[in-house]
Amino acid sequence: MTDIPRVVRIAGALTEVAPLPGAALHEIVRVGDRGLLGEVIRVRGQTATVQVFEETIGLALEEPVRVTGAPLEVDLGPGLLGSVLDGIGRPLERLAALQGDFLAAGADAPTLDPDRRWPFTPSLQAGADVGPGDVLGTVPDRNGEHRILVPPGVSGRLAELKAGDWTVLDPVGRLEDGTELRLAHRWPVRVPRPVAAWRTGARPFVTGQRVFDFLFPVAEGGSVAVPGGFGTGKTVIEQSLAKYAEADIVVYVGCGERGNEMADVLTEFPELVDPRTGRTLMDRAVLVVNTSNMPVAAREASVYLGLTIAEYYRDQGFRVALMADSLSRWAEALREIGSRLREMPGEEGYPTGLGSRLGKMCERAGRALVPGRPEREGAVTFISALSPPGGDLSEPVTQAAGRVVAALWALDAGLAHQRQFPAVDWETSWSLQAEGVAPWFAQHVGEDWPALRREVLTLLQRDRELREVAGLVGPDALEDADRLVLESARLARECLLGQSAYDAADASSPLAKTRAMAALLVRMLEGGRAALAAGRELGALDLTRARRALVALRDGPPAQFEETVAAARAEVEASLRQAGGAT
Amino acid sequence: MIHPARTYLGAAGAAGPLLFLEGTRRAVLGEVATVRCAGAPPRRGQVIEAGEDLTVVQVLEETIGLGPEAARVTLTGDPAAGTVGPDLLGRVLSGAGAPLDGLPAPVGAGRRPLQGAPMNPVRRRKPADFIETGISAIDGLNTLVRGQKLPIFSGSGLPGLALAARVVAGARTPRGEPFAVVFVGIGVTQRETDEFLRGFAGTEAMARSVFYLNRTADPTIERILAPRFALTQAEYLAFERGMHVLVVMADLTQYCEALREIGAAREEIPGRRGYPGYLYTDLATLFERAGVLRDGTGSVTQLPILTMPDDDITHPIPDLTGYITEGQIVLSREMHRQVVDPPVDVLPSLSRLMSAGIGAQTSPAHRRWADQLYASYAQGRDARATAAIVGEAGLPPEDRRALAFADRFEREFIHQGPARRTIAETLEQGWRLLESLPREDLRRIPDATWAERRTAREAAP
Ligand SMILES: Nc1ncnc2c1ncn2[C@@H]1O[C@H](COP(=O)(O)OP(=O)(O)OP(=O)(O)O)[C@@H](O)[C@H]1O
Ligand SMILES: [Mg+2]
Repeated sequence: MTDIPRVVRIAGALTEVAPLPGAALHEIVRVGDRGLLGEVIRVRGQTATVQVFEETIGLALEEPVRVTGAPLEVDLGPGLLGSVLDGIGRPLERLAALQGDFLAAGADAPTLDPDRRWPFTPSLQAGADVGPGDVLGTVPDRNGEHRILVPPGVSGRLAELKAGDWTVLDPVGRLEDGTELRLAHRWPVRVPRPVAAWRTGARPFVTGQRVFDFLFPVAEGGSVAVPGGFGTGKTVIEQSLAKYAEADIVVYVGCGERGNEMADVLTEFPELVDPRTGRTLMDRAVLVVNTSNMPVAAREASVYLGLTIAEYYRDQGFRVALMADSLSRWAEALREIGSRLREMPGEEGYPTGLGSRLGKMCERAGRALVPGRPEREGAVTFISALSPPGGDLSEPVTQAAGRVVAALWALDAGLAHQRQFPAVDWETSWSLQAEGVAPWFAQHVGEDWPALRREVLTLLQRDRELREVAGLVGPDALEDADRLVLESARLARECLLGQSAYDAADASSPLAKTRAMAALLVRMLEGGRAALAAGRELGALDLTRARRALVALRDGPPAQFEETVAAARAEVEASLRQAGGAT
Repeated sequence: MIHPARTYLGAAGAAGPLLFLEGTRRAVLGEVATVRCAGAPPRRGQVIEAGEDLTVVQVLEETIGLGPEAARVTLTGDPAAGTVGPDLLGRVLSGAGAPLDGLPAPVGAGRRPLQGAPMNPVRRRKPADFIETGISAIDGLNTLVRGQKLPIFSGSGLPGLALAARVVAGARTPRGEPFAVVFVGIGVTQRETDEFLRGFAGTEAMARSVFYLNRTADPTIERILAPRFALTQAEYLAFERGMHVLVVMADLTQYCEALREIGAAREEIPGRRGYPGYLYTDLATLFERAGVLRDGTGSVTQLPILTMPDDDITHPIPDLTGYITEGQIVLSREMHRQVVDPPVDVLPSLSRLMSAGIGAQTSPAHRRWADQLYASYAQGRDARATAAIVGEAGLPPEDRRALAFADRFEREFIHQGPARRTIAETLEQGWRLLESLPREDLRRIPDATWAERRTAREAAP
């Protein structure tokens, strides 16, 4: 009796269990009479500290604990797409079927439907030598085709591989050494899935948001932090990227955020049809949802779950966009658990290992040559929102993220208050990969792309300096050339960089449109300069007309893009000719 | 799980609102405790940490005079629960659910755990039903919808509670279903609660309302449970009885202070400005109890009120609240001084669920109209700041126009005095102000929207 491990202490999400000799870190245990899922996070002598992924209220001292010997794992296989999982991989629809409208602790629900049959078409035959990542065959799934892979670490000669309708639990084949192969395999979420080689990508992650594509682009496989105070537009950005960014698969992690936002995603994603495939966004998405009021330890785990699922699709050769909203809530979960451990905290109470954990997390993103044959590349682009206290970017999580990401898209409360969306503060935002992807834009969108980008950045910079001066002497005291800069920069902010997520015609901006708008703006600026140089007055320039042309281009129906561009160009040229600025 | 009651003689120690027990077997996290001391009525408490060596009981009543050695502590095995039922409507109760109105304790329809359970996100319905509050700053620019949690960020001396009272009194829904009102006062003054109650006394709305009052003088720790009593009853009415419930919670700042007190007594490592590191998670367990069920008829809408310490919106209490709620209505001391009523600063205010509630339910042009009002007002506010340095004459003409617009906007749109405005009146008021600007200043209004407005206006008498 005394040898059975039992709960000896319960404090929030943490329990202490004794005696538990030989417990391994990150081992999964079942806590108490209801078998709550827990993970060993500290071992001291006979006593193990366990973080419990479910609500601990109602748990009593002396309840028994069962060890499982395995780490926290997820089943990877067909049927993931379209599902909504909690932070530890349980499908929420299944939990609802078991428990009703409200969540309760102690339910078991497998990630993949154990009864569903999948028609499997093998692409290899008995006798073939296989290694990790080799494509054994395919089954049809909501995105089209799901590739069945030899799990990492498994190799040998195929003794058998059977076509047919199988569940994810059925053996579909066997290696000569007896290893069974199935449509799904398990993987520990905290362990990165191996790649054959990392690749540096010259191809951008095309977002459909002008401010990102044009000013702060990242490569496919990059990781981005999006910090901003409350209400600055992080979630709208994450959702817009999920909807419109170029990606085969979307993994969306709602980490410690709002339930109603997830309801929003669940209404919108199934309705958004991709005209090229006829499939909905939900058909190529996996949602991981652990809202702020769900258990905090599962919130911590949810990001790892999302990463693992993203890697699994990368390994099939897909381009995956992984959104995490918000990584700050993950860090806070760590802090909450750490403080209950009474560990010596680092900055602002966060565990001292925060930076390295964040670094390891971001390193799981990237473009890679994935293991196995046929040879293929896949990518995970990782976009995480950050919620700095008081909107202050000098706080530890934002700082730690800044050291490991490829780009930082900083959002500003002032811009958000003025309803200037996306509220990207281009002064504090940056991308390390803008240069790297510039040739791609030049080649695929327009040769002038890099030059236009430089022009607009210079304009914004000059605008900033002038606005400081104007704040002191009054805008009316500026020279015409400077007021032209102010006017053009305002247009740049309002039209080129501004983009309403609620405007059906402009919620996503194709690269050609982004370029056309930038070109028009720069043309107007240059023409205006020429006119002023020729001795005209700013008042004689009909900027209103040019501005209207730009607005028309922004709001025009996507189907008539070519006509709108031509008309807008003609308008701008006409207004410049009139002002004597055409060359 | 059924746990028998166990009684222990003598506690090992006490600190602030906490009592420490040694050698407790089978203590249950969250179970209710009864603490008896000679010469005092029994006090109630709750196990907030269980350990074979040490169990921590949080005592809800005053602990002054509580000698741990002589205390008899019974761990009941029951989870903390509250009585819920339709018969609570019309009643005034304490922060712990005891009658304050001189009537017998309500019998109720049953008891429910105060903790509440998280709504399964896949069973939520996206909140989308427009609530007309009669207040332009809200209906027009920061629209409230059913199932939303929209706090009022007030300051000491600012009329946060009065604004909430106006919303409650003025709230109309499209199909006219009435709201049940659950009010919880958390450490609020007698004067404030009386004022709030006065609005209800003798009205038929009183019969649809229940009041939980924890006043300034009441035990601090009761403030932790008071909102949970209220929300448990609200959830019962909404999800078991299919009613639409409006929950007003004031003052969340007092709630957070109580949490801080417990954290200090437990000698926890404090987070920002001394508040517990789990403040976000804890507040979320209150605010996330708003919502609508996919297959239900009822809803819980929350109007929490908090006082920004030092009017500082970056203080952890408003900051973490804003990170959880679906927007905020921010009151401004400056505007209050200028007798703008209600003194809402719309720039930092926000309703994240606005898009779902406007358009078909209000006017197809609503979004553009609001965007333009925001843009012009923001420009005017900027211009006001510049004019303060360089003088109005130093502004370009458009900025000068925006400045004049901003002044009128505050006086004629935000300010409405005691009058209630329908959404149509609010929209009309906004249009009239916009029309005081030349067309080229209205860049958020597309030509088509503008043309529609002209036609509509010409058609009107
Ligand atoms: N691109 C956009 N277009 C139009 N409106 C926007 C845009 N981005 C943000 N908004 C507005 O700002 C509001 C807040 O945005 P969002 O919910 O994304 O903020 P957030 O940064 O995620 O805040 P929190 O940290 O509190 O979750 C939205 O509800 C919407 O009204
Ligand atoms: Mg958000």
